[in-house]
Amino acid sequence: MRKTFFTRFLLIGALFLGQFTFASETKEDANEQGKDLKTEIKEYISHHLQDAHDFSLFSYTKENGEHKYVGFPLPVILWDNGLKVFSSSKFHHGETLAEVDGNYYKLYHSKIYKTDAEGTINYDEEHHATNVKPLDFSITKNVVMIIVTGLLMLWLFTSLARSYAKNNGVPTGAGRFFEPIVLYIRDDIARPNIGEKRYRKYMPFLLTIFFFIWFLNMFGLTPLGINVTGNIAITVSLAIMTFLITNFTGTKDYWMHQFDPLGKSLPWYGKIPLYIILVPIELLGLIIKPFSLLIRLYANMQAGHIVLMSLIGLMFIFKSWLGSPLSFGLAFAISLIEVLVALLQAYIFTMLSALYFGFASEEHEHEHEAEAAH
Amino acid sequence: MAKLIEEFSVGLFFWQTLLFGLLLFLMWKFAWKPILKAVNDREDGIKDALAAAEDAKKEMQNVTADSEKLLKEARGEREAMLKEAREIKDKIVSDAKEQAQVEGDKLVKQAQATIESEKKAAVAEIKAQVANLSVEIAEKVIKEELSDKKKQLKLVDDMLGDIKLN
Repeated sequence: MRKTFFTRFLLIGALFLGQFTFASETKEDANEQGKDLKTEIKEYISHHLQDAHDFSLFSYTKENGEHKYVGFPLPVILWDNGLKVFSSSKFHHGETLAEVDGNYYKLYHSKIYKTDAEGTINYDEEHHATNVKPLDFSITKNVVMIIVTGLLMLWLFTSLARSYAKNNGVPTGAGRFFEPIVLYIRDDIARPNIGEKRYRKYMPFLLTIFFFIWFLNMFGLTPLGINVTGNIAITVSLAIMTFLITNFTGTKDYWMHQFDPLGKSLPWYGKIPLYIILVPIELLGLIIKPFSLLIRLYANMQAGHIVLMSLIGLMFIFKSWLGSPLSFGLAFAISLIEVLVALLQAYIFTMLSALYFGFASEEHEHEHEAEAAH
Repeated sequence: MAKLIEEFSVGLFFWQTLLFGLLLFLMWKFAWKPILKAVNDREDGIKDALAAAEDAKKEMQNVTADSEKLLKEARGEREAMLKEAREIKDKIVSDAKEQAQVEGDKLVKQAQATIESEKKAAVAEIKAQVANLSVEIAEKVIKEELSDKKKQLKLVDDMLGDIKLN
């Protein structure tokens, strides 16, 4: 969690926010001084990829060896024999224990552990902390970003909706940019995959999920250092929603296809091998579909952040006139690709969700079965 | 996998699900519903306008066809009238010609008849006059001839001579 001068460079874009934030200073640990730069960068990256309990915009090391953090603390909400709510500034970026109602909590690798008064962390053989982890419902950096994105979307699209009423069905301002995307999702994602008759009821979900993922992906590319869509809990939640909607809106045909793939065209004894091989595969497919969704989004966003930050980190490892500009150029190129990936991943998630909805809500023409009966 | 499970935060999952559900509801109610409705209305409007334009075009075509038909009819009528007129004219001309011919012929015939009768009359008159004149001449000649005896005898001789010769 030691951030050095290079973060200043990385997060320079966030400077303007500094006026609204507070600064906290902590003493530099002498032992940490000699730490290898590579390890430091690696730690910084892995720290960045995780959620955080405070919204730190950037930090730097003062001449006198003090760490200065610029950002704002967020509320910590714990369930530990009762609700415990306190500010994350109590942790001082993990450097002090937070004492609440006689309990001590320690922030260790972005997670909150319950400790004794000295803040001892016990480890098992694999160097995993074995301390009790209280249920953590804190408003973390990612939760803040979800709220910000939600508000942004609400503001953008309700104003688009209002502009239709005001302007006789013609969008104005930002709506001119977003309307074609809304229409694209309707005409090129929902309609062909779900079908003309049933696509309407899925539209709100598809639109919401597309813009939610896209905006969060784009926020992830800003120097604020946010990695919401690259967090497994987020993608799991999104995929579970797709999974639930798929199966709750599934038609009789869809379930028939899952449990009785060939229907009446096959005599009962023919179905025995189906139930041994095919049906379990179909049922596994139910789980695999959303699972692939969540892993794809998570892995793509995670990988993009790792590559980008590693390339930026390389600049400080090379520290030469040749290597640093080279990795800067590379990082620039990768961030351009990441802009594309941000859109692409949102598109893929929406597209595949629409495809799964289409499978589930499909109603077959039963002609082929009638033919088989002859 | 173990790392993923290690990374999974129940709190974040809880907030994400809750907030996303809330966002979905709010967006549904206040954004997507009016937006999709407005877009659909607009598209329906465009479709209607296009259909109306198509109808108007058809109407226009009908009107054009009608006027075309009328024009054609009128033209046909004119043509027929002209033809009729021409025929009438031709008939009148030919009738007139015929009549003139007949009349002419009649006149000629009449004239011829008149001429003939005149001629006859003239010939008859001439004949009568010639006869009168001849008689008068003969009278005069005879008066002359028979004025002396000698001449009368000569005459008888001549006449007798002629008769002989005959």
